[in-house]
Amino acid sequence: MISAPPPLAERRGLLHSISIVLYRFPFLSVIALLLPILLWIGVIYLGSLTAMLTQGFFYLDGFTGRIVREFTLRTYQELLLQQNIDIFLRTIVMAAAVTFTCALLAFPLAYFMARFASGRTKALLYLGVMLPLWSSYLVRIYAWKLILAQEGIIGWLANALGLTGILDAILSIPGIGGPSLSFSIVGVYIVFVYIWLPYMILPINAALERVPKSVIEASGDLGARPGYTFRRIILPLAFPGVVAGSIFTFSLTLGDYIIPGVFGNSSYFIGQAVLVQQGTAGNIPLAAAMTVVPILVMGVYLLGARRLGAFDAL
Amino acid sequence: MRSEDRFINRAGIGLRAASTAVLIFLHFPILLIFLYAFNTEEAAYTFPPPGLTSDWFGVLLNRNDFWSALGLSLLVALVSTMIAIVLGTLAALAIYRSKFFGRDAISLMIILPIALPGIVTGIALRSALNLSGLNFSFWTIVIGHATFCVVTVYNNVVARLRRTNYSQVEASMDLGASIWQTFRYVILPNIATALLAGGMLSFALSFDEVIVTTFTAGQQQTLPIWIFSQLQRPRDRPVTNVAALFVVATTLIPILLAYRFTRESSET
Repeated sequence: MISAPPPLAERRGLLHSISIVLYRFPFLSVIALLLPILLWIGVIYLGSLTAMLTQGFFYLDGFTGRIVREFTLRTYQELLLQQNIDIFLRTIVMAAAVTFTCALLAFPLAYFMARFASGRTKALLYLGVMLPLWSSYLVRIYAWKLILAQEGIIGWLANALGLTGILDAILSIPGIGGPSLSFSIVGVYIVFVYIWLPYMILPINAALERVPKSVIEASGDLGARPGYTFRRIILPLAFPGVVAGSIFTFSLTLGDYIIPGVFGNSSYFIGQAVLVQQGTAGNIPLAAAMTVVPILVMGVYLLGARRLGAFDAL
Repeated sequence: MRSEDRFINRAGIGLRAASTAVLIFLHFPILLIFLYAFNTEEAAYTFPPPGLTSDWFGVLLNRNDFWSALGLSLLVALVSTMIAIVLGTLAALAIYRSKFFGRDAISLMIILPIALPGIVTGIALRSALNLSGLNFSFWTIVIGHATFCVVTVYNNVVARLRRTNYSQVEASMDLGASIWQTFRYVILPNIATALLAGGMLSFALSFDEVIVTTFTAGQQQTLPIWIFSQLQRPRDRPVTNVAALFVVATTLIPILLAYRFTRESSET
């Protein structure tokens, strides 16, 4: 007599039963898979953010130098001091200027990559954008220290081309000039543009890649000249990509303290102010309160970006 | 009107020139690092360098602070990447096929540490350390790094899983394989190169991070923190030049490899 094989679940034991339960009820497996990330980011990261926002409601006792853990709004009120408002405005204007310049520089290359390059050229161009993006941030900053130094390549070029007068004129502009490009707000601006440029090229390129060729051809068939097609078809379709890229350039500029620290003068940006408050000043409550400003700015920015369809272009 | 006016299939000279200029702008600072590593000058950044020498490579060889910073950075990047691979893969497996309530919230949560300005993540972790009374250690650096590295692995794996046919998984389960066997023999081979690419990007991200690290490292020096301190202390310029070259050369390798893996898999 041939006996029937035992049911699969019995044959394989407990582990197999668990498998079957998880397979039959995908919801359970989703929860099991999500638990680690929920614990990690949910507890550590969101917990830290909460800790930070809580710290903002404490205050630093000016006499004892100790942090008083009592609920108060006085730390947030300090944000409204003129010196702090100046810092916020300076940073936001810089972020806007950097974003605008990056978009202007990124567009031609992104457009060329999407419309005219193919095969090997295209692959090489991608690599050409990715390499600077992923090579060391600090080393690239260091490279600009070499370039912008008074005796560096820019000074040498200006001298060789007889443009020293223009360079000096830029450096003598009050507020943004300085003793040399490597110690001026102009220098900070140039380096910001350089460092974040790849973050703008890639989303614009992605948006342009998605413009169907047939749409461009249809526009031409209907009698539009290339310039008109560019303005009325390509540019509007690429715009969400520009907005997507601007999220990076804007956010990264808001939160950076290295570049203004290395190239700037004595006027602080948000990141530097936060660093000084938590470090030498020991005022973690004020540092925490200050970070609320970039969070709010980015919150508003992201809401606007979503309206413009930037999230579909990411 | 001539009809060919309306279809341009070759880039105009202006567009070509602008694209080339931007590419040069992106790359000449990196090339300059190679030149200055051989600079004979010790106290300035004169261009063109007055002379060339390879002596500084030997000097760097004997700088223990550099090598210990490098060691710490490699270890932090390795451990953070391993944590990111586990967390990112599990999250990707959970998210890619399910459409449950809160799915977007979880995606947002994973992206948040990298979407918010680095200074926010830094000060948040610093506040938490301050409130919890924990001391700075190797693990405080790793916790910060793993948190923002998860997104690189997650993005790569989710993208790959979306292109993988789910019927393979169903077939495997129907044929009696356990969940573990299905993962090991069906899912893992499919996502292997995506894991490798995501892992390498995560490694590069951690290896290069300085903004968050400043808040979680205390007195410890990772390589970026070492370079940053060199930037503020100009007397060691030649050593910094050579160290910069070394860093550029070593970070190029994982980037080129990650690029190859993602390209090979998207072509097949």
